[in-house]
Amino acid sequence: MPRPIPVPDELSQPFWDACNDGRLLVQYCTYCERRQFPPEPACRECGWQFHLTWLETSGRGTIVGYSVTHDSRTIAWHAEQPYVNAIVSLEEDPVINFHSNLPRVPVDDVPVGAKVEVDFIEVTPGQRIPEWNVAT
Amino acid sequence: MAMETKWERNSDPVGIWEHRGKVALVGRGHSTTDRRWDGVNLDQTLGAYSMVAARNAMEDAGISPDDVDGVITSPGGQPRHGRFGAGWAPRPYFDPPYDTEDGLTYVTAEWFARQLGLKNVKYLNSHGETLWNLIGLAAQAVGDGRCEVCLVPYPNGNLEGRYHQTEGLEAGGPAQWSLPWGWGLSGQGFIFDQYCRKYGTNHDRMAPFVVQERKNGLLWPHSYYALHEPEPFTEEDYVNGRSIARGLSIFDCDRPVQAAACYVVTTAERARDMKQKPVYFLDHTEGAFTPRSLVQTLDESEEWSDILAQRAYAGSGLRPDDIDLFSPYDGFAINAQYFLEAFGWRGVKRGEAHDFYAGDISLQGPNPLNAGGGNMGTGRMRTAFITDSMEQLQGRAGPRQVGIKAEVAVTIGVLPGNACSLVFSTSPD
Repeated sequence: MPRPIPVPDELSQPFWDACNDGRLLVQYCTYCERRQFPPEPACRECGWQFHLTWLETSGRGTIVGYSVTHDSRTIAWHAEQPYVNAIVSLEEDPVINFHSNLPRVPVDDVPVGAKVEVDFIEVTPGQRIPEWNVAT
Repeated sequence: MAMETKWERNSDPVGIWEHRGKVALVGRGHSTTDRRWDGVNLDQTLGAYSMVAARNAMEDAGISPDDVDGVITSPGGQPRHGRFGAGWAPRPYFDPPYDTEDGLTYVTAEWFARQLGLKNVKYLNSHGETLWNLIGLAAQAVGDGRCEVCLVPYPNGNLEGRYHQTEGLEAGGPAQWSLPWGWGLSGQGFIFDQYCRKYGTNHDRMAPFVVQERKNGLLWPHSYYALHEPEPFTEEDYVNGRSIARGLSIFDCDRPVQAAACYVVTTAERARDMKQKPVYFLDHTEGAFTPRSLVQTLDESEEWSDILAQRAYAGSGLRPDDIDLFSPYDGFAINAQYFLEAFGWRGVKRGEAHDFYAGDISLQGPNPLNAGGGNMGTGRMRTAFITDSMEQLQGRAGPRQVGIKAEVAVTIGVLPGNACSLVFSTSPD
């Protein structure tokens, strides 16, 4: 199915490039010692841009809840309905969360609380996005 | 003419409002309520409906256009100045005053004052957003002396087609973080899923609340449902509602409508000479929050609504037991419990909202929640929250008049991430 693909911008380009390399990055403020995702022009804590860098994550997380979309506002997704919209929190910093469609999980059997590992799927030639699978 | 100073009361600790009891709500007027504007009939534009509502409000308050010295509005009725008609314009326009979008799908204070022939207006402000913020802004402006007799129109429209339908396959800007996974109203369902897991409840337990709201709304003559769909709505209807996303059914989503309301806000001093019993503002407080990461969570919804409740209590000097009528925003319905529990109205604690809904929340019972019917009972004009609070305190809510005493009313909207609390009282003290 053709699905909406991310259009990187100056701020997000390192994130999407890293996805293509199989790495999941988040921003990190070296002054506040704080992770930040999605990326922003400045650290939300200290307001400075100069201390922001990128930090590779463990790629591990937990499913903290989900919904199942039956009537999407995004027309390209209509063909996939119903589909899972789960939220994964990052193992080393549970405040940081990510989307997942849990592609290998049935819509009526989402294991909330389960450990998951990041994977990267190609949504268009040359662009991969993070996805998550239940840890084995 | 922008407001020169920051008007929101959102810096903690919020003290007692400096204009507590010195500003009053003294009139309300409504247009009829349609499902949509057809894009053709110029008697049914938001501009036309705003003028109908304004004339009704002035008559209600017993004032003439010459008494009005301020107009404060939210041109499109939406958060962050969003305009529901933006996707439709440009269109073929009409003869003046409908020769621009202003007056059709949004209404500025300037357009409104010009069409109503308000000769003595000295203050115009089109910077209102949601209805609650708008009323709070008006109360602050009157309290600050920017105007004394202020009309506050609130237009809220709907055109042909569906809201928020996203076409195309390129997700740039903020959408790059959500559309590749088809995220949307699933965000509402996700937080509700967290709520249900945390407190051991389920979606069906929302039914008594939404059904009671529809009952209340059917008793409000301006309600979309009273006008167009007066059939009874049952718990069975609710639990069988079409799913939009897991945890969010079509009956948790408010029905978009085309309507306008207008309020008269004035000083307590001027209010004494007007036709209706004044309803005094004891406080307005605001709050806007940003999720710590990609997606708003239940923890954040609870934390933010707690902050909003604490501000409302600190700003008004009231306690939960002082509130007779409580009207939390319900569009989407599955958000109302965050505010109910945060305010602790009738002693409801975190996780207890659905138990509370299962009790007696009827108009004649001890806990008349959302006596005006909210959006679920009236449609997405949102104005039932203000009009009902006002009418209950004035004792003129007719068949909706609650059985308990009605001296203090609190309403809050819209959502935990961006809300304003308004505290009304029959007494300025």
